[in-house]
Amino acid sequence: MSIRLEEVHKAFGRKEVLRGFTIEIHEGETVSIIGGSGVGKSVALKHIVGLLRPDRGEVWVDGENVGRMPQQELYKLRRNVGYVFQFAALFDSMTIGENVGMGLRRIPEMSRASIAERVAECLRLVDLEGFEERMPAEISGGQRKRVGFARAIATEPKYLLYDEPTTGLDPVTTAVIDELIMRMRRELGVTGVVITHDMNSAFRVSDRVALLHEGRVRFQGTPTEMRAADDRIVRGFIEGRPELMGAAP
Amino acid sequence: MRASVVAPIQGLGSAVLSAVASVGTAGHLGVGALRALRKGDMWGPHILAQMARIGVHSLPIALFIATFTGIVLALQASYTFTGAIPLYFVGTLVGKTMVLELGPVLTGLALSGRVGANIAAELGTMRVTEQVDALETLAYDPIAYLVVPRVLAGAIMFPMVVLMANAVGIVAGWLTSLWLLDMSSPEFLKGLRLFFRSWDVWFSVIKSVTFGLTVTSVGCFFGLHTTGGAEGVGRSTTHSVVASSMIILVLDAFLAAVLL
Ligand SMILES: Nc1ncnc2c1ncn2[C@@H]1O[C@H](COP(=O)(O)OP(=O)(O)O)[C@@H](O)[C@H]1O
Ligand SMILES: [Mg+2]
Repeated sequence: MSIRLEEVHKAFGRKEVLRGFTIEIHEGETVSIIGGSGVGKSVALKHIVGLLRPDRGEVWVDGENVGRMPQQELYKLRRNVGYVFQFAALFDSMTIGENVGMGLRRIPEMSRASIAERVAECLRLVDLEGFEERMPAEISGGQRKRVGFARAIATEPKYLLYDEPTTGLDPVTTAVIDELIMRMRRELGVTGVVITHDMNSAFRVSDRVALLHEGRVRFQGTPTEMRAADDRIVRGFIEGRPELMGAAP
Repeated sequence: MRASVVAPIQGLGSAVLSAVASVGTAGHLGVGALRALRKGDMWGPHILAQMARIGVHSLPIALFIATFTGIVLALQASYTFTGAIPLYFVGTLVGKTMVLELGPVLTGLALSGRVGANIAAELGTMRVTEQVDALETLAYDPIAYLVVPRVLAGAIMFPMVVLMANAVGIVAGWLTSLWLLDMSSPEFLKGLRLFFRSWDVWFSVIKSVTFGLTVTSVGCFFGLHTTGGAEGVGRSTTHSVVASSMIILVLDAFLAAVLL
């Protein structure tokens, strides 16, 4: 019941994004992946649900080889995985309620009434009670993100993947989302992978933090270990000092 | 020196390779769509909405084109025939040309802009905003959910739109003959019936089914393979219109050679 990426390589055309990315996330654990923008954090996350397949290397989820799995079996696996997209990725032709209910409608045992009930419950959880009939275009960016969160947790998945769940949110909403991520782990035992820019968020919500740099995990450890690390890239990232990372300004 | 020789060959080589690659991906999409036909629970609920969108909303432009085509066909036929050939052949020419060629082809070309571009833009936007990825993570097969209802609706609705366009074009030609060419209705109808075969209508239907499949599947293909944000969506839309127009014209010649 864990997630494991082994020596994953992924290139788009000539651009090598992942170059031997290896990470393991144990059951019930929440791990944050941090790194500059465009380093391939989203690409790494998409490998876990088979939205992207590795050029080389292996991706294991629940003891199954996701990288080689036939498409039809991927759909089964994905029922156990919730994915919170960076820009929410709400279906703009549907109401908020329909968006949140999308995954539930794939479950044959769920009746209309029980779907409506669960949708209301998930919206309440993200503080958007009664938003069912609104359209995605009518709500703010922060609200859209929370709807994306509600949609991902609606089917009570064992795994939750969060792609920058708090980026662009105000501090209060950020705290609300962080609290939700921690609750998912604490109360439902969800295994989580959080991609973030925000060091405070990363240290608050995760058991371990991994820094993605030049296609590989540069450093991983508990928040305490990471704060104490003397690796210059880690220091540069935590302290926001590009000169340490040897980056061109 | 050598570079100037090698570069164009390399360019041609990579163009051929990428063309082969896109035929490959298109074939993949086709096979996926056939497989996805089984998942009726996914595309079934959307087929009516797509039929309305593709069929009903396309009627105004299709009938507008057909009306003016019918008028022009009648005028040009009479201009060509006067003195040499009995004028009732105007009816023959309007009928045959509308049904065999201009009804299906002009409608097909117009709808590659109206319907194909619309599909490419819609699915392209869904792709770049990760809505297609979101569908996948919620265990919806995007081929069954997005592609199948659009392509099926195209195959069903294009023939209907084309048959209506044929009829409207012929009526426009007839009225033109009455009002502008001093022909009588019996004369026009005599010409219309003269070489009429029911096969002509079937040919029109077969053509419009293939054009409907082409326009919608090309739109889906370019839409789903969009990369690079809003600019990419614009690119997909243009490519989709150009590609489906070209395929329509080639298919048109091919079907005439094979079926007539
Ligand atoms: N489907 C794709 N096709 C081509 N290039 C891609 C694709 N997805 C991501 N990339 C590229 O991979 C790099 C890493 O992207 P991403 O994982 O989104 O970065 P981030 O770490 O900010 O999430 C970027 O340069 C991006 O342009
Ligand atoms: Mg990203």
